[in-house]
Amino acid sequence: MTSLSVAWTEETRPVAGVDLHLRRGGSGEPLLILNDEFGHLGSLRYQEELAQNYTVYIPSHPGFGPTPRLDWIMNVRDLAGWYLMALEELGLNSVNAIGLSMGGWLAAEMATMDPGQFKKLALVGAMGVLPPEGFIFDMFLSVPAVCITSCFHDPEGTAEFREICPELAAPEQAQAWEIAREEACRLGWRPYMYYPGMPNLLGRLKDLPTMIVWGREDEFVPLSAGQVYHDSIPGSRLEVLDNCGHMPHVEKAEEFLGLVRQFFA
Amino acid sequence: MFIGYFTERPYQDQRSGYFGATGKPIMDLTVSNEIYDAKLGAELYNRYLDEKMYAEEMGFDGLMLNEHHGTPFCMGGAMNVEASILARMTNRAKIVLLGNILPIWDDPLWLVEQLSMIDMISRGRLVSGWVRGTGRESVAHNSPPPYNWERFQEAHEFVVKAWTTPGPFRWEGKHFQYRHVNPWVRPYQEPHPPIWLPGVVSRDSLMWAAEKRIPYIMLATEMEPTKLAFQLYHDTAAEHGYESGPQNIGYLWKVHVDETEELAEETARKYVQGPSNPFLAGNEGTVNPALVNLPGLTSRTRVLPTQAVATAARGGTGGVAGVLGRPYEQQIEDYTIITGTPDTVIKRIRHVLEYIRPGSIFFWDGDGAMTHDDAMRSLRLMGQEVIPAVKEIAKELELPGPFEVDPATGKDLTKEEAAAPTADD
Repeated sequence: MTSLSVAWTEETRPVAGVDLHLRRGGSGEPLLILNDEFGHLGSLRYQEELAQNYTVYIPSHPGFGPTPRLDWIMNVRDLAGWYLMALEELGLNSVNAIGLSMGGWLAAEMATMDPGQFKKLALVGAMGVLPPEGFIFDMFLSVPAVCITSCFHDPEGTAEFREICPELAAPEQAQAWEIAREEACRLGWRPYMYYPGMPNLLGRLKDLPTMIVWGREDEFVPLSAGQVYHDSIPGSRLEVLDNCGHMPHVEKAEEFLGLVRQFFA
Repeated sequence: MFIGYFTERPYQDQRSGYFGATGKPIMDLTVSNEIYDAKLGAELYNRYLDEKMYAEEMGFDGLMLNEHHGTPFCMGGAMNVEASILARMTNRAKIVLLGNILPIWDDPLWLVEQLSMIDMISRGRLVSGWVRGTGRESVAHNSPPPYNWERFQEAHEFVVKAWTTPGPFRWEGKHFQYRHVNPWVRPYQEPHPPIWLPGVVSRDSLMWAAEKRIPYIMLATEMEPTKLAFQLYHDTAAEHGYESGPQNIGYLWKVHVDETEELAEETARKYVQGPSNPFLAGNEGTVNPALVNLPGLTSRTRVLPTQAVATAARGGTGGVAGVLGRPYEQQIEDYTIITGTPDTVIKRIRHVLEYIRPGSIFFWDGDGAMTHDDAMRSLRLMGQEVIPAVKEIAKELELPGPFEVDPATGKDLTKEEAAAPTADD
């Protein structure tokens, strides 16, 4: 795989009532990445690679820093409603999207409200449904570094793990994690990281090509939740990666890229 | 001077393995209640109530209770139940709740009713304090920590309105909504029971109290940062156009009195020999750092001088080195534990009163590994010698309590009280 360096631009623009911080890079058809509960974890290889073929958009969700919080957004459905307005303003209609963990939950909520918002949707270790077996990891009872480590099946064997989670986080990094955690806490404290009605609403995604990607050893959001998504979205595909935790895009970047390239092609 | 008695009511089980300074440290949320011995629990609840009743007999002005959840260091998971019993079993002392954990109540109307009933049954002896709670409270009752402060403020406004405004009325708030607020019990006291605020950490809370003219009680903090934090209270009061004084501030710390100096030392060492307690310096246990820093529970930037000490003591980051596990000897030296015979104790209390100038004080006793006998000996000597002496010192130092001088208006209440019939008549 190549690792051409991509020129990322970072801009802040008023969108749907907030000064939205947006990273953008690459060229080609737009591809939206919806970040997880940790906020922006830095420039990662899978993003660089995708930017070779797509114009990649990575917004910072309101409240996750640096985009400021909107006081009225109190749950993920509120955030999804806001995003539908924001993407319309950004001209990102019928866009390909990848939703990671909490960002996957967010994408699923948006799709239940407006399935036409997406052209194709990849949900990666998505929160948002109650796993029939196991529980979603309680990220508020562990410090951020422990949470991030728990997202990996083999952290030390993962090339980019120490970039995401250095042995000693810089103060700015620690602060960024805290800001993201605080907003994740506002949105998902209870019910903890799911919306009870979600499985009943996912039928609306029947005409939206949806791929569900999961690490078999995901201990953050158990695979049984992936199965619920798969069973509830008619025509969806479930791809399970072996020896992989909650962040297939980092831990199994190569396989992950193979799957999404083929899916979005 | 208002003098109160406090113990955290530890679950003292010698066989638990979690008992004593050398026992297994208690990590937050890791002790299963599988080990709970119901017969022992029953004995302890009754013991602590008996001690409170004796404290009233010995002349304490206030019987203070607090509340924590899911932890052996405090058995008061439903403090209002204990307060209800004291309301009926005692007849003079104030029942001082410091306090109900406002943000964790999903239904604060129920709190309105409970507190009004306690005030009724005690014929107006309730002091209703609020706290924001620690991480374990938010987790135990699943209350969202980033909304802790908003929920605190809204619940306070709601409770005061429900106590003072004839119903029915509607309440459509951000966090609480009711279409029919009309509790069929109203507080005995007019316009409502006094509200006090205890704490250690949050600058927001202390300034809020000062702004609302609500007395603030500093809990087991060290003297110098306590004095600094109280200065902030007085400055804030001045900014809001009134002069606060001793009647607005209170201080709780560890005081044990005994028959001989030797027995006093032996017994006071038991403060640090019970089940570990993150608030009992010297035996804090192992604190879960994530629980101390639940997202958004307190502001990351607006903290008090006491915060560095308190947070470090509870396992947080950015604290002062050497705070954790402050040994008994050091606590004796810095006055955060006072023990001895009445003569010794009275002299040392005078020093604390001169330095901090509080109008309310609370003796924290009978805790850790102390037995019922230990607690009763101390209560007797406090009643016979310490309380009368401290009252005299307070007069000399001009330290009026909140029932002598109104914290909100600065008005002398003793003259008015003499003229009006008292609640007990």
